[in-house]
Amino acid sequence: MSATPETIRQAVIDSVRAIAPEADFAALDPRRPFREELDLDSFDFLNVLIELHARLGVEIPEADYGKLGTLEAILGYLAARLESA
Amino acid sequence: MIEFRMPSLGADMEDGVFVEWCVAPGEPVARGQVACVVETQKGAIEVEIWDAGTVARLIAEPGQRIPVGQTMAIVASAGEDWQAVATSTATLAAPAAAVAALSPLAQAPAAPAAGLPSQPARVPAATGRPALPPRASPAARRRAAELGVDLDALAAATAGAPINVAEVERAAATAAARTAATGAAEAGATAAAPAAASPEAAMRAAIAAAMTRSKREIPHYYLGSEIEVERALQWLEEFNAPRPLAQRVLFAALALRAVALALREVPDLNGRFVDGRFHRSEAIHVGVVTSLRGGGVVVPAVHDADRLTLPELMASLRDVVARARSGRLRSSDLADSTITLTNLGDLGVETVYGVIYPPQVALVGLGRVVSRAAVRGGAIVATRTVNATLSGDHRVTDGLAGARFLTALRARFDDPQAP
Repeated sequence: MSATPETIRQAVIDSVRAIAPEADFAALDPRRPFREELDLDSFDFLNVLIELHARLGVEIPEADYGKLGTLEAILGYLAARLESA
Repeated sequence: MIEFRMPSLGADMEDGVFVEWCVAPGEPVARGQVACVVETQKGAIEVEIWDAGTVARLIAEPGQRIPVGQTMAIVASAGEDWQAVATSTATLAAPAAAVAALSPLAQAPAAPAAGLPSQPARVPAATGRPALPPRASPAARRRAAELGVDLDALAAATAGAPINVAEVERAAATAAARTAATGAAEAGATAAAPAAASPEAAMRAAIAAAMTRSKREIPHYYLGSEIEVERALQWLEEFNAPRPLAQRVLFAALALRAVALALREVPDLNGRFVDGRFHRSEAIHVGVVTSLRGGGVVVPAVHDADRLTLPELMASLRDVVARARSGRLRSSDLADSTITLTNLGDLGVETVYGVIYPPQVALVGLGRVVSRAAVRGGAIVATRTVNATLSGDHRVTDGLAGARFLTALRARFDDPQAP
């Protein structure tokens, strides 16, 4: 899969919108805590990861949740995972 | 012959607006099948039928506001001819007509309440007015004046029974919900479904009514304890490590299981306070406070939470939370919780002191998981904790029982894989 930063970003936006349709990415500061900003509880977050897996084929282990604190961190993490895949 | 009635989906519910039938006359129905959809203050609810049989006659019609307990359909029992049942019940009036038929009774406020045992406790939108001044306590009159509640109308609706403060406040909350709903409907939406026009306002009114009743009737006591969950979290991380995303178990499910198992040891916290006395429940149905996007909460039940394995419990919790958030709850989700759990998970505040949902007698609160320094064997170590609280009903238990529960809960978190 050829994943450009744009396709990764779009996959993240689509995955979040599937769970939280009102999420406003234009207003989201990519360096602020992602889940607090978008009001995603642990169920929502798990569902977002399931959506992401369906779109990008990346299965994120629970041990890596700590690396997913901000939108910027998530995009970087996914790019690295897809690069090494 | 079985009468299929408007269910009560919580102590605060008085009526529901009928939306649609999911069954037709002549159709066989199984126990637990969804028979119709009703709009309530908790959103659109799929109402299940609890008797097997064959649908004989549908009485409720879309758009009708139907009081709790009123017959919505007639179902023929096994062995009965549904068409014969349909014919023999043809004289049964539609709900609107049935409400109107009650008006003469409502107009006789002097009639002793005991003479009306078979009537619904309250008839919304009653048309009659009592000939005598309404019987109401001085406090109720004062409260009615403050809230702008029409005591004459309320007296008609309560069939002349003496009015107390509780009823005045309930009427005010209901009126506020209807006004909000109607206002939104007039603003351009469909006027036929008032409850759908402003679900947020209706839900807020329902929450206000239940919590007002709780704070008025239930002498709460509150206990709190910091509980170390490091061992439970590490155990869960190992449990989840080999599992694909869709099979992972969240801490919320582990915590729910711990609460349910600890409750077994203090059964006086689990049940319902009805008609002045506590009815202990053998089954542990945990109402899980679920916040909705766009505001408000619903409290669907996870049934028999103490008897499910952790993966089963996770599946059940996941199912009910998903249906709550997508507005697809069923009547069985809302009807029979025996205790409530509010779990703030990993977002939110550290401590929550909850308000008990009547007619339950206890509520367990779990705050967010936080990292703490703890002293173990004389050394300071990093660990994770939650603040667990118990709101208890002093009519049923004392702080001692509550303390026993929190101790049992701590033991469950210390030994997460115990059966």
